[in-house]
Amino acid sequence: MTASARSVSSVPTVSSNRSTVWTLDALVQVVLIANTLVMLVPIVIMVFSAFKTNVQIFQSPFSIPDFTNLTNLTKIWTQTNFLRYLGNSFFVTGVSMLLILTLGTMAAYAIARYRFTGSGFILMFFVAGLTLPLKLAIIPLFILMRDLGILNSHAALIVVYVATGLPTTVFIMTGFIRTLPSELEDAARMDGASEALIMWKIMLPLVRPAMVIAGIQNVVPIWNDFFFPLVFIQSDGLKTLPQGLASFMGEYNTDWGVLFSGLTLSVLPIIIIYILLSKQFINGMTSGAVK
Amino acid sequence: MFTKQLTGRRLWIAALIMPPLVFVCLFIVYPIISAFAYAFFDWNGLARGDFVWFENFHRVLFVEPFASRTINAFTHNVFVFFALMVFQNGLGFVLAYFLWRELPGFRFHRIAVFLPVVLSTIVVGFLWRLFFHPLFGPVNAGLKAIGLGFLTQPWLGQDTTALWSIVFANAWHMVGFPTLVFLAGMQRIPGEVLDAVRMETQSEWVKVTKIVWPLVAPSATVVFTLLFVGAFNWFELPYIMVGLEGSPHGSTDVLGLYFYRTAFGNQSGAPPDFGAGSALAVLIFLFIAIVAGTLTIRMRRREIEL
Repeated sequence: MTASARSVSSVPTVSSNRSTVWTLDALVQVVLIANTLVMLVPIVIMVFSAFKTNVQIFQSPFSIPDFTNLTNLTKIWTQTNFLRYLGNSFFVTGVSMLLILTLGTMAAYAIARYRFTGSGFILMFFVAGLTLPLKLAIIPLFILMRDLGILNSHAALIVVYVATGLPTTVFIMTGFIRTLPSELEDAARMDGASEALIMWKIMLPLVRPAMVIAGIQNVVPIWNDFFFPLVFIQSDGLKTLPQGLASFMGEYNTDWGVLFSGLTLSVLPIIIIYILLSKQFINGMTSGAVK
Repeated sequence: MFTKQLTGRRLWIAALIMPPLVFVCLFIVYPIISAFAYAFFDWNGLARGDFVWFENFHRVLFVEPFASRTINAFTHNVFVFFALMVFQNGLGFVLAYFLWRELPGFRFHRIAVFLPVVLSTIVVGFLWRLFFHPLFGPVNAGLKAIGLGFLTQPWLGQDTTALWSIVFANAWHMVGFPTLVFLAGMQRIPGEVLDAVRMETQSEWVKVTKIVWPLVAPSATVVFTLLFVGAFNWFELPYIMVGLEGSPHGSTDVLGLYFYRTAFGNQSGAPPDFGAGSALAVLIFLFIAIVAGTLTIRMRRREIEL
């Protein structure tokens, strides 16, 4: 597919076409460069502004700052709950992901490896959850959390994230586990290995690539979620990063240097991971839409 | 012996399936079913009152001040959907087509266009709220710097530009998603098909409209449906950029904000109204389900199997 796409532009058969192709390529390149600038310049300005004072931001918004000036960053570190929010986000996301991948793989394994009545229906049931906008069920969820006594706690967030993460995970994992060959499994069964041992020792090591895809697809929305904390969490000490950022942005609304530092600090981890693993991110986040 | 083994196997399968199933039933299925039930009751704060049939639906659709607010918010969602259809999905298709030529540097462009997609909506919202600031924002500063000072305005502060500005921020945030979904669709078009096209025509326009577009139809179905669901669930970005009231003067009010305000109350003193809130949720839910379902079925028919 790579070769064929390239030959469209670079192997014109008639010489008179060469100039049109060249003009088109130039146009394409200009549009792509312009678009990339629009994508990256705001992020660069944000990072630059994190090192500036208010006066510098207002007078020369596009200038390169003195990167050794860490006043804004220290202010965030020492005067706000930023680290606490960061820790909360790590905890909530980590526990949710662990449960999603464990439970999701369990269900997918059962659906994909065993024949039993209703397996097709159960898969359908999970997949139906893919498209339901759970935000609209926030009133019953709120009352349910109150009745369970977990309102204003991380548990409320974790159970909702696990429930919303399971459909995609079961969908991706089932598809992948079905493609695994059954010879290994059968051989182990002949040798008298138990079903649990077969799953744990033989099959699970093979499903890691699918786990990465399912993991990335879920980790980004969970890490970035704002809506459920907004409804479920009131205590400042329990807030996650996006939610904490919102209260902190209101508190420091005149100190733009600190505001931009807060934004920069909260996106830096995910930007760095994205740049290192861009291929996995792109595959993971579009995998639900690309068949 | 044989039956014992079979029961053991059944137990093992049940042990694998039950825990995840319980999660989905308790925290997705049960709340959604309850949301429908709640809409038929009278609510007194957090306490459920009498069964009132369609009273809540009647209120949000036909009784003021709800009725005009519902129409106002709904109209804005429709606008947002069509604007994003052009500036997010349309642009995404063009960018995908351009990336597909694989000119030098396309790998870098591909990473750059997807970078904002991984950022949280909260960060994107705050970033653009600061950028659109009338006095100190880099957008107005940039316009002045390139001699377009007459274009500077309070982007988020006036009725005519506020919704457009949020739509812009949304397109900036998410354009990478349709781009890469379309690109993946284009890369799956078999080389023989493209070779055959080259024999027939030299026109890029014919190639795009007659070959590429029909062949990426599956990608289009997914991207359009997701945008539709997203546009009618729009909440975080307007919440951060213009606040819960959809200011100025309700010119950016959308169903998500309106639903949240109605259900949980707002700063200006309106009390929580779970009855009206639930009725709104049910109406939005049905609207999304019916339109998204029809859209998917109709577009699936257009898809070509290769």
